[in-house]
Order: sequence, then structure tokens, then C-alpha cells
Amino acid sequence: MSESSRLIICEYCDSVYERQQLGTHQRAHCRRCGALLDRRPWLTVDQSLALSATAGLLLAFVCFYPVLYIYVRDQSGSATLLDAVLALFNGPVSVMGMTMACAVILVPATQIGLLVWLLAFARNQRHAPGFRPCMRLLEVLRPWSMLEVFLLGALVAVVKLTGRIDTAPAAGLFALATLSFLMVGVAGRDVRMLWDQLS
Amino acid sequence: MMPPFADQLNLRLCHRCKYASPMAEDPRHCTRCQARLHYRKPDAIARTAALTLAALVFYIPANLLPIIHTRTLHHDSTTTILGSVMELWQAGAWDIALVLFTASVGVPVTKFLALGYLLVSVQRRSDRSRKERTRLYRLLELIGYWSMLDVFVAGLLTALVQFGPLGGIEPRAGILYFGLVVVLTMMATLSFDPRLIWDTGRSNE
Ligand SMILES: [Zn+2]
Repeated sequence: MSESSRLIICEYCDSVYERQQLGTHQRAHCRRCGALLDRRPWLTVDQSLALSATAGLLLAFVCFYPVLYIYVRDQSGSATLLDAVLALFNGPVSVMGMTMACAVILVPATQIGLLVWLLAFARNQRHAPGFRPCMRLLEVLRPWSMLEVFLLGALVAVVKLTGRIDTAPAAGLFALATLSFLMVGVAGRDVRMLWDQLS
Repeated sequence: MMPPFADQLNLRLCHRCKYASPMAEDPRHCTRCQARLHYRKPDAIARTAALTLAALVFYIPANLLPIIHTRTLHHDSTTTILGSVMELWQAGAWDIALVLFTASVGVPVTKFLALGYLLVSVQRRSDRSRKERTRLYRLLELIGYWSMLDVFVAGLLTALVQFGPLGGIEPRAGILYFGLVVVLTMMATLSFDPRLIWDTGRSNE
């Protein structure tokens, strides 16, 4: 470990600290502004890789399997994640269709792809080709993944239709819930551990 | 005793990889990830102010224009954001009405007020309640994207309710402006640099 990765700078107030050895549930907070500085990674490289691959399968599943079913008299309908994006895209507000495609499909898919790529090499203590740009891209993408918002959206849609139309949750909804939970774990700050582990 | 600031130790935080880059040789790029290094985010105040103002302007049509058009055999109707909250409230689903109201009115308005307050206080070089203002900024980061709720609900409803001549739901222009408000306020939050809050009043700690 190089000289200055022993140091942590608080992102919010620029205070400098020496990195402390933390226990499993310990967290280091900034004394000046209270921000979270450091915590032990939740997952090992192997666990992150397994969960990232799982997240990839779930994302493919939610794109092509319905999230919700609806029934009205003798008619029925269903929608997948992809349907919802295409519905906006084909309407009068196609710009929002593209934004939504990024937020719930493209960004998460890129994050998962990058994670699998980086972690597969990291398992063998190696830097993946393009390690640095990949790590930087992950950091840029993080705020733009909005799967959990879509999950809440599905709930709101059910309630909005109640009374006029019968709705039923489909397998995709449970996959979506699991996926948004997984993404919090694998696409969070833990990837940063690769900077130190592989030097 | 408070810890030293990065520039006092001749260090600079890399915003991409969070490395404490030593500045002895005055490198332009982070020695670890090669991202461009900046002492503070470039033009933070001007960018944040411009993006916030643009978002504020778009927030007007976002509320006035309809977001959804519902067509049934007997009649057509359009709903605005507030209209759809009222509809849910009157139907007795007050909890979901509250969630939707929070996401589409509460969160954006909080963001406008908070960003405005942060900008003005930094511009005036205020050294009061710096810890609380930093916490306010972290709150902005946390709530930023939940306002996309309305956009996603519109997409999902449109995809679900398609019964050809019998009826259907279509998105309307309000959704476009509302989505833009969310994206612009998120960009405004990302362009702001909370370290500016701590650049004043260093001497009297
Ligand atoms: Zn701090």
C-alpha cells in the first residue's frame, strides 16, 4: 500500500485523516462535518462477483418478464420494464423514454458489466484491461441508477389502478425488488477496495 | 483538535477514486486513476446556480401541463401532477397520495430551497452552521432521484393500459418538463462543492 492511500480525505469538508483498522460493524465518521469516511466492505471479491452475475440475470429477467398484470372484464394486459420504457419512447415525450432507458436499464447494465469484468480479474489478483477507466466510469454512473425508484413506481401504479382495474404482481416484480437490493450492495462504495487490494 | 485540511498537507482529493493525491510535483492528473485533479469543483457556484435556475423555470410547465391522458369509451380526461395526487387522496389512498406528493412536490421544492440557501450562504462567506449545511447537502444527494417516480409511473401505466379502441393511457408533455427538472436538479447538486462551505472561518476553529 502506497504512502498516501493510508490517508483519507473527507469529500465534504477536505479534512485529512489516517486510515484506521475498522472492525466489522465499525464506521469512521468525519469529526468536522460528520460524513461517513470509511467502513469495512460488506462483501469479499468472490461474493461481489457472484452477486453481480446474479444481478445481471435478474436485470435480463425484468426486461422480458412482466412486472405487473392487469385484468378488466375479459381483457388482460401486462408490462415488463422494457415495455414501460418503450411506452414513453413511442409517445409524445420520447426524450423521457431515453432518460428512463438510461436510468433503469442502460446504467444498471453497464454497472453490472463493469463489475463482472473488474471482479473476474480481481479474483486472480490481477488488474482487468482498462482497469482505471472502468473504475472511473463506475464512480460516474453511481448516482444515475434508479431501479429502486421504478420499484416504488410499480407500487404507485397498482394503487392508481385500484377500483377501475384489477392488478396482480408478477414474477418480474419480485425479481426487481431483489435486483434493486443487490445493486445497493454490489454497485456501492465497496468497489473502491479494488484500488488498494490490487496494488 | 480538529484534523488538518488537505491543502495544508499539500494533498488534493481525487473526485473519481477518492485518492489523496500528493501535490509536491504539481501533477494535473491523479497519480492513481489519472482523472483530472481540481482544487475545488470547477465553476461550482456558477454551474449550480445556472442549473438550479433552469430547473426552476421548467418546474412551472411541469406543474401546469397535464402528465397523463386517459381515454375510455365514454370520455377523455387529462391529469396534472397535483391532480393525480388529489385523485388518489379522494379515492382514500392517502398513504400513496402522500408518497406521490412527497416525490413530486416535496422533494423538488426542498431541493430548490436547499440549493438556493447553500449558494447564497457560500457566496456570502458565511461561517455559521457549517456542519448543518454540509448535512443538508448530503440530504440533497440522497433524495435527488426519487422525484423520477412520476415519470416511471407514467411509463408503466401507459404500457399496462392499452385496450385499443376501448381505452388507454398516454403520457403528456408535463412528464417531459418534470423529468428535466429532476435531471437538472441532480446535475446542480453534483456540480456544487460542499468543501466551499468549509473554506471560510478556518482561523477560528
Ligand atoms: Zn468531513
